[in-house]
Amino acid sequence: MRDAFLAVFSRDVVQAWRRRADWFTTMFFFVVVVTLFPLGVGPESGMLKAIAPGVLWVAALLAAMLSLPRVFAADHADGTLEQLLLVPQPLTVLVLGKVAAHWLLSGLPLALMAPVLGLQFGLGGEALGVLFLALLIGTPCLSLIGAIGAALTLGLRGGGVLIALLVLPLYIPVLIFGSGAIDAVAAGTGASAHLSLLAACCLVALAVSPWATAAALRIALE
Amino acid sequence: MFNDLSFDLGVGELLWVEGENGSGKTSLLRILAGLAPAEAGEVSWRGAPARTLGEDFARELLFLGHANGLKDDLTVTENLRYAARLGGIPATAATIGAAVSAVGLAHRAHLAVRHLSQGQRRRAALARLWLDGARALWILDEPFAALDADSIERLAARIGAHLDQGGAAVLTSHQEVAVAARRIQHLRLAN
Repeated sequence: MRDAFLAVFSRDVVQAWRRRADWFTTMFFFVVVVTLFPLGVGPESGMLKAIAPGVLWVAALLAAMLSLPRVFAADHADGTLEQLLLVPQPLTVLVLGKVAAHWLLSGLPLALMAPVLGLQFGLGGEALGVLFLALLIGTPCLSLIGAIGAALTLGLRGGGVLIALLVLPLYIPVLIFGSGAIDAVAAGTGASAHLSLLAACCLVALAVSPWATAAALRIALE
Repeated sequence: MFNDLSFDLGVGELLWVEGENGSGKTSLLRILAGLAPAEAGEVSWRGAPARTLGEDFARELLFLGHANGLKDDLTVTENLRYAARLGGIPATAATIGAAVSAVGLAHRAHLAVRHLSQGQRRRAALARLWLDGARALWILDEPFAALDADSIERLAARIGAHLDQGGAAVLTSHQEVAVAARRIQHLRLAN
């Protein structure tokens, strides 16, 4: 079972590395969107500090969402998804392998880049640390929830827009607790409560997403 | 699409599904493989409903559909190695190399699949029959399509050997290909 997980995971990572331009565009999107705000809003530091958590998190949600159609669509087109359904292993484990690969390729780079981008908003050292931590905890949740949306919209016309409509509302708790954590640092109350809630969201997503995604994939391929 | 359909497939037997385009050959194969549910009726495997067997059925099944199930950016060898790992069969560089040679792609083994021609891709997908062929039931959708005469002959021999070793196979094809089998059933789907 572990070998099947690792096989799916490493296949996706190797394959993505050979097509790294696709993934770099997502990262570049994140950088550009975040950078537009200080340019558009102006250099007033109080304002920038206030909007920073929301801007960084919304940009991260959108960037994570942009990469979602890639999770299953290519596999669907070339027939590897069909083969995945016939693998004598639980489909949930294989789905988790794909989600883990998606996180490594989109979530982790977002978390790593965010503190650097946060400097543009004049965030302090502690806030940048919490921003990194919050994204590190929150992005797996984005990949898990996103996988459900990607599987449900598989093979539909206008799937990209539908994913947004399906997934973005489900991202709201992550957005609230994630940006709340950084706000809490500014307010001096400490971020641990928000980070715990964020982790709780992730655990719920971990408990639900593999099964929901597996069921959606089976329906999509009927 | 079709109804009132019933057949038994025994050890060493081949079911040849025929019919025009759109007569439901692929749908029937997908139902047999458990990818799609039948509107009515049941598929049984060794006397038990295949639906309830889950992974036990999957372990004995090798399905090759219309799509080749190959990743364009991976090489032929890599594709086969992942297929073997997912199928849970031990595959070494030697066994993969042998499978690749068997379909005549030895000189293309380390080329990304996207650089291969249509026929070569099909052969790369079919290499699984040599690598992972110990599974009892083969379901092959148009395995002979896009292949040259030489490859067709090799594939027919491989299917014959599989049947001889106590396997069973279901396949669709528009071509007449001679396959050695204890019994060949022809199933003609009307449009």
